[in-house]
Amino acid sequence: MHRPTRLKDAQAEESQFQLRLVIAYGFMVLMLLTLAARFIWLQVMQYEHFATLAQNNSISLVPVQPNRGLIMDRNGIVLAQNHAAYTLEITPAKMADMEATIKALRALVDISPRDERRFRKFLSESKDFEPVPLKLRLSEDEAARVAANAWRFPGVEVKARLFRDYPYKELTSHVLGYIGRINQRDQQKLEEDDKLANYRGATHIGKLGLEAVYEAELHGTNGFEEVETDAGGRAVRSLRRTPPLHGNNLKLALDIRLQEVADKLFGQRRGALVAIDPQTGGVLAFVSKPGFDPNLFIDGIDSATWKSLNEDWQKPLVNRAVRGLYPPGSTFKPFMAMAALQSGAIGPYDLRPAPGYFTLPGSSHQFRDSNPRGNGMVNISKAIAVSSDTFFYRVAWDMGIDRIHPLVGQFGLGQKTGIDLDGEASGVLPSKEWKEKRFARFKPEVRRWYPADVVSVGIGQGFNAYTPLQMANATAILAANGKVFKPHLVQEITQAGSGKVRLVEPRPQRTLAFRPELYAHVKDGMVAVMRPGGTAARLAAGLTYTMAGKTGTAQVVQIKQGAKYNAAALAEQYRDHSWFIAFAPVEAPRIAIAVIVENAGFGAASAAPIARAVSDFALTGKVPPELQGKMMTMPQAAPAGDKHDASAAR
Amino acid sequence: MQAPLAKRIWDAIAAPFDGWLMAFLAGIFVMSMLVLFSASNQSWHKIDNKLVYTIMALAVMWIMANARPQTVMNFAPPLYAAGVLMLVGVELFGITVNGSTRWLNLGIVRIQPSEIMKTALPMMVAWYFQKYESTLNWRHYLVAVALIAVPGALVLKQPDLGTAVLIMGAGFFVLFFAGLSWKIIIGGLVAFLASLPVVWNLLHDYQRRRVLTLIDPMQDPLGDGYHIIQSMIAIGSGGPWGKGWLNGSQTHLDYIPERTTDFIFAVYSEEFGLAGNLLLLALYLGVITRGMLITARAQTLYGRLLAGAITLSFFVYVFVNMGMVAGILPVVGVPLPFMSYGGTATVSLAVALGMLMSIGNTKR
Repeated sequence: MHRPTRLKDAQAEESQFQLRLVIAYGFMVLMLLTLAARFIWLQVMQYEHFATLAQNNSISLVPVQPNRGLIMDRNGIVLAQNHAAYTLEITPAKMADMEATIKALRALVDISPRDERRFRKFLSESKDFEPVPLKLRLSEDEAARVAANAWRFPGVEVKARLFRDYPYKELTSHVLGYIGRINQRDQQKLEEDDKLANYRGATHIGKLGLEAVYEAELHGTNGFEEVETDAGGRAVRSLRRTPPLHGNNLKLALDIRLQEVADKLFGQRRGALVAIDPQTGGVLAFVSKPGFDPNLFIDGIDSATWKSLNEDWQKPLVNRAVRGLYPPGSTFKPFMAMAALQSGAIGPYDLRPAPGYFTLPGSSHQFRDSNPRGNGMVNISKAIAVSSDTFFYRVAWDMGIDRIHPLVGQFGLGQKTGIDLDGEASGVLPSKEWKEKRFARFKPEVRRWYPADVVSVGIGQGFNAYTPLQMANATAILAANGKVFKPHLVQEITQAGSGKVRLVEPRPQRTLAFRPELYAHVKDGMVAVMRPGGTAARLAAGLTYTMAGKTGTAQVVQIKQGAKYNAAALAEQYRDHSWFIAFAPVEAPRIAIAVIVENAGFGAASAAPIARAVSDFALTGKVPPELQGKMMTMPQAAPAGDKHDASAAR
Repeated sequence: MQAPLAKRIWDAIAAPFDGWLMAFLAGIFVMSMLVLFSASNQSWHKIDNKLVYTIMALAVMWIMANARPQTVMNFAPPLYAAGVLMLVGVELFGITVNGSTRWLNLGIVRIQPSEIMKTALPMMVAWYFQKYESTLNWRHYLVAVALIAVPGALVLKQPDLGTAVLIMGAGFFVLFFAGLSWKIIIGGLVAFLASLPVVWNLLHDYQRRRVLTLIDPMQDPLGDGYHIIQSMIAIGSGGPWGKGWLNGSQTHLDYIPERTTDFIFAVYSEEFGLAGNLLLLALYLGVITRGMLITARAQTLYGRLLAGAITLSFFVYVFVNMGMVAGILPVVGVPLPFMSYGGTATVSLAVALGMLMSIGNTKR
């Protein structure tokens, strides 16, 4: 009885399924027929209607470019500006014979081989219906000549365009960066970020530096013009216009005159200088030498210039202030001293021997002092003043890396500072974990942290590596007794249109947990650096305010046991780097500086005079004698700046 | 006597592919390359990418077509579970783009779990019915409804109405072929229509605007209605024979939005006209007809349910996309199968069609 029923069930099920298949198929065919009917309606019955609509697709929206925001220094001096000029542009799609046209244009306009090379490059990168510039910055005469002959050249246009210009050239290259033509990569990035619509008709975008970081602020918002167009898409008349919202202006904390003083003091030497206001975190000067002329990049750099910049052994394209990693040398000692005091490894008045060399128990290896005769018995302030290596070797040994790392790390060393520039390097504040990771692919003997590793860390050599920006930031934190700001180049953003001002990072992020009375002992040491007996005593001559500093010398090559460092015997790029960190005035610091001069030897010799002169200018307005009359930013600089001196002496 | 080596290799490669389906797909592929070249303003970059996607799609299609359905079937529950977990993951820590949270960042890649669900869900429901084939009763239908509703609700919450409808649709097709009672289907339809006013209140603002735009695009010709109007102008002005390849003025004057992806059909329509549209419809109908034949001949319950659901889903993608571009359905982000530019959609469709082929290969 059972079997037949089940069979019948199965049969019924089968036919039920087949019926549903037919129904589903019929439904799909019906729906596709509906679509076909819709197409017939649109494309046959309504064809005339839509064809007319397409033909005089009368209203088209033409983007109106916003003006890019200006960038100014703290005193309102413009560092990045726009100026209007004429360009000669060709739309390839409207061109019957490109070569003939260019040849004919030569009679009217001076087209250099460089212009032409650039044009060919742009041509290969852009779409057919986009106008491509053949010559930028036409003279008034040339523009008039082309305009008068326009009828002969369909597809050739003279357009008024805004050009970006960096009047201070090399001086601002590593701060401002530059804008450049939008390439495929930029295009893809814009597409991903859903910003393509706002860049319709735009040709340039921030590529590097502040121009890139603040692109969203500087670019502005497209306006639109509703124009009536003919079939060919040419505008016949304007119907309505939504004006663009221009880009926001940036006001930097940077003082361009201070920047120039610092820059010029380097001369031909390589290195970096960062000056920060410890009370705000604003960057007052930001130099990386050598620089380059950012104007070269705006409309496409030619390959020869690019090659010479890129392959220059001095690496002008590298932003040393945020990307250069150097061992800090003895400029590390003040931070090491703060860590030692906070940890209790040494008391502020404790005396320790500072002999000519230091050895570890059970080892004959000599860690030498820069002063072979030693410095007798010193306390921590004195140890900073005379830059005793053996004192800090011992302190480091007593503390061990596990206590050093977290305390010194408080000053932001070995971490990105978060400055408003891209590509910041993090540097290395060594620790056991760091070494394990860094040498992960090596044998365990190499990866392991040896107790002796800590000794050279104590004087800022060994694995230590920081950017000049980190050193300046750490100095500013120390100067402000532990108040931590995120360093920032941009101080204010002014909304275009409304004129509303937004402040950037105006408040301290936190205050370090060091015992407040400790700062004074370390600062005393740094003040003594510039007093008789200190390592930079000569530098104090004629100071009208108080200044605290610390010299440093970063080894580039390891000197063998028993051998002596001899600068003359080493090729220039292997000589030691010269460091100096400083802040002033000591009672209420307004500037904190870190300077490194590459391959320039002892810190007091090269870096310190730059720091002194920069601090002089910042606090008293005194222009260094050798720069008087040579300043681009102060064409009529008073010979001595007496007025400022007077106010500072008060 | 042995056949030449080249022929044997060719046979080995071609064996799992379904000849009819491949022929129709080849036709669609040719049209899609032509139109993509035009839509991307003759950029070889996108053509290169599309070739890579196509090769990847062929590879996964071959693998799926080679696998036995009974083997693949066993992956349904873990795949479904992983899909649901990832959807929950999206809810908790997904990436938000334009106000909806659809993506999950897995460190190396960003994935859209709802895309996986489009295939995993019908597989799961089909697997479930197969497992309880001999004892099916109404309780199983209830469980199946839950299997559909959970991922559906999660996607709806992202919010992504279009994809949610597609996913739940795929699940419903399995139920339909599994013999869900007509009473329930019709009752459900009535209940759905009755609940429309309530649904309307639950819709997000942008979704409501899209529906209103559909009813009267001219209400806001430069705002919300702009896309639909411009795409209808493109189709209509194509006329019976089209403006010719690379000659669409709507396309090349930038009037068509998303012209390489969701609105690529408008470009196609403008340049190839009604003739081209009917050709493309015929090619899609070919795929669907072949899919229905495979469904009719499928051996196991799992096979017929899945084959049916895949075919119907394929139809829905085609219909919803073309309907949207032609202005008879609201704007939802559904790509046109194998025409729209995009790797994920191409490859996941290839997986589905590969499974369809493998079901077809398992002869009685």
